[in-house]
Amino acid sequence: MISEQVGAEPKKKASLFTVLRENSRAQGLFLISPTNIYLFLMVVLPLILVTGLSFLSRGAYGQVLFRFNLTNYTRLFDALYGKVMVFSLGIGIGTTLICILVGYPLAYFLARAPARQRSLLLFLILLPFWTNFIIRIFAWMIILRSGGLLDTILQWLHITQAPLNLLYTPTAVLIGMVYEFLPFMVLPLYTSLEKIENSLLEAAADLGAPPWKAFLRVTLPLSVPGMIAGTILTFIPAMGMFVVPDILGGAKTILIGNVIRNQFLTARDWPFGAAASMVLMIMTMVLTLYYTRKAGFGEELLV
Amino acid sequence: MKSEYAVEFHDVVKIFPTPEGGQVNAVDHVSININHGEFFSLLGPSGCGKTTSLRLMAGFEWPTSGDVIIDGEKMGRRPPFLRPVNTVFQNYALFQHMTVYQNVAFGLEMEKVSKNEIDRRVNEALEMVKLPGMGRRKPKQLSGGQQQRIALARALVKRPEVLLLDEPLGALDLKLRKEMQLELKALQEQVGITFIYVTHDQEEALTMSNRIAVMSRGKALQIGPAVEIYERPNCRFVADFIGETNFLLGKIKIIDKDRVTVEISSPNQEICGIGIGQLSVGQAVAVSIRPEKVRLVDDDGSEVAELKGTENLLKGRVSATAYIGSDTRMVLELGTGVRMKVWEQNAISTLDPEAYYSTGDVVRIFVPYENTLVLPEDSV
Repeated sequence: MISEQVGAEPKKKASLFTVLRENSRAQGLFLISPTNIYLFLMVVLPLILVTGLSFLSRGAYGQVLFRFNLTNYTRLFDALYGKVMVFSLGIGIGTTLICILVGYPLAYFLARAPARQRSLLLFLILLPFWTNFIIRIFAWMIILRSGGLLDTILQWLHITQAPLNLLYTPTAVLIGMVYEFLPFMVLPLYTSLEKIENSLLEAAADLGAPPWKAFLRVTLPLSVPGMIAGTILTFIPAMGMFVVPDILGGAKTILIGNVIRNQFLTARDWPFGAAASMVLMIMTMVLTLYYTRKAGFGEELLV
Repeated sequence: MKSEYAVEFHDVVKIFPTPEGGQVNAVDHVSININHGEFFSLLGPSGCGKTTSLRLMAGFEWPTSGDVIIDGEKMGRRPPFLRPVNTVFQNYALFQHMTVYQNVAFGLEMEKVSKNEIDRRVNEALEMVKLPGMGRRKPKQLSGGQQQRIALARALVKRPEVLLLDEPLGALDLKLRKEMQLELKALQEQVGITFIYVTHDQEEALTMSNRIAVMSRGKALQIGPAVEIYERPNCRFVADFIGETNFLLGKIKIIDKDRVTVEISSPNQEICGIGIGQLSVGQAVAVSIRPEKVRLVDDDGSEVAELKGTENLLKGRVSATAYIGSDTRMVLELGTGVRMKVWEQNAISTLDPEAYYSTGDVVRIFVPYENTLVLPEDSV
């Protein structure tokens, strides 16, 4: 009891208020508690549940049995799942790279646009979010399917002769993923590009750098934080994505996200699904940590 | 041998469109010749075209008409990276993602100078701006004054023909600014490079420059050394902008060579002074009298015995005084609302309040004819 330590003071009960008034550590804890409670409920608790679940067993009827079990993890080393993992990783990295390649010029254009047009252009980037994500991906079915919009246009322009048969291929999945995640790459890139003062490019030119050198030595390095933030925002969700491969990839294109979804919803093997989630999470975390160690943490993510 | 001038402006015009769809002559038919090794200042209020003029030299802007000539070569539309000039930017524009060393080395790398040479010259430049051993730091770790020096080193390390400085001391506090003024001037003399310095601070321009161009609304009104600009301003704007002055308005009565007699409307009397520019009898003029260039005498009501032929006499009543140490600044009421600022030097050290003028005192104001300038009223 605090009041006993004080000694000379008449004995008082240490209420929450007196503790808060006297103890700055307690103050700090109290003030941050909404965040802590939120983090506990939304992050820590589910994580504990999934971790625990991944070591349990599936009953004959799909129920969870409280019996310790490691086979959920050993099963994942099966060649089948290994292939899915590698493929998912490929799609995740591919999506991120294409998003950078496509998103960079777009973000650059946005950042250099006249201030009045900028908000309109940003609005246009965000406009697709007004439509449900699944509906937008279905729209891509219409575009990509054999004899669909894309085929029609390409054949009309005499670029291709026969249908491309893009739908239900990994390419279709990649297109859908890039489409879905492009804004998440463009926005942080835009933020970091927009912050680059024109005077820096003028200074580079003044010191003898032609425009392309000024870009490589000044613009590009200064936009790295945005690129990192965009990569994190793109790569992590892309690794877990299952809707796009479901709709555009057909039965042949299965990502780790589909495996997990199927275990929970179709196969009713929750422990195995939980184990697969854990592996995905750890893999993504390791890769992201490695990447941010190498490239620095995306400051744009913190702003 | 070098060209005749370091930088020349031949009738340069720069027109910008305004957001409202109009256009503005940021630089309006300016012609300037800047000598090699000169410390030249472009001085004027904001929006007068001084920074645009500098940007025209650097190549960030191209003239709408007229020629910018650097070291004898017409610049035309030559981009900044091909011009023999370097700039110290107002906000320093240091590359935050590079170290101080890398910042200073940047320009030399662009020139494909060898590594050893870069190393030698960067260290030399850092020493010159008194920041040796700071190479490994990032610009953000330095104070404003230090960043300013790095910007200077980064530009000077290129050994440009001309160094352009755009209000480089604007962001520094007063004390540091004064220090840097002297340092910059010393540095300029040491390296012998032409400095073209943009500032709105007249004291800064007067302290440092060999010559000054006073600009207003895109025009270079007067170009000359500090003394000339202060003592013989060529128009009302320059007289008003540089230092402080009083204007008495009137019409010209007599022109006798450069001695001009003006009929002042309020107070109603005649004043004679030096005529500036083209003047004609009957023309409306502003008579400029600097506050420190007058002599005050108590008005005891007696007849003024000997008014020297070369002096003007005005009468006034002290309406406000401020003792500021070196001198006492007063506002005198000349009658009918006309006021005059007068600075009386405190040449004698005394505590006697009688030695100083106080509010309500009636005084005679003697203004020597050479201290009175008659300027055309309608200019600017």
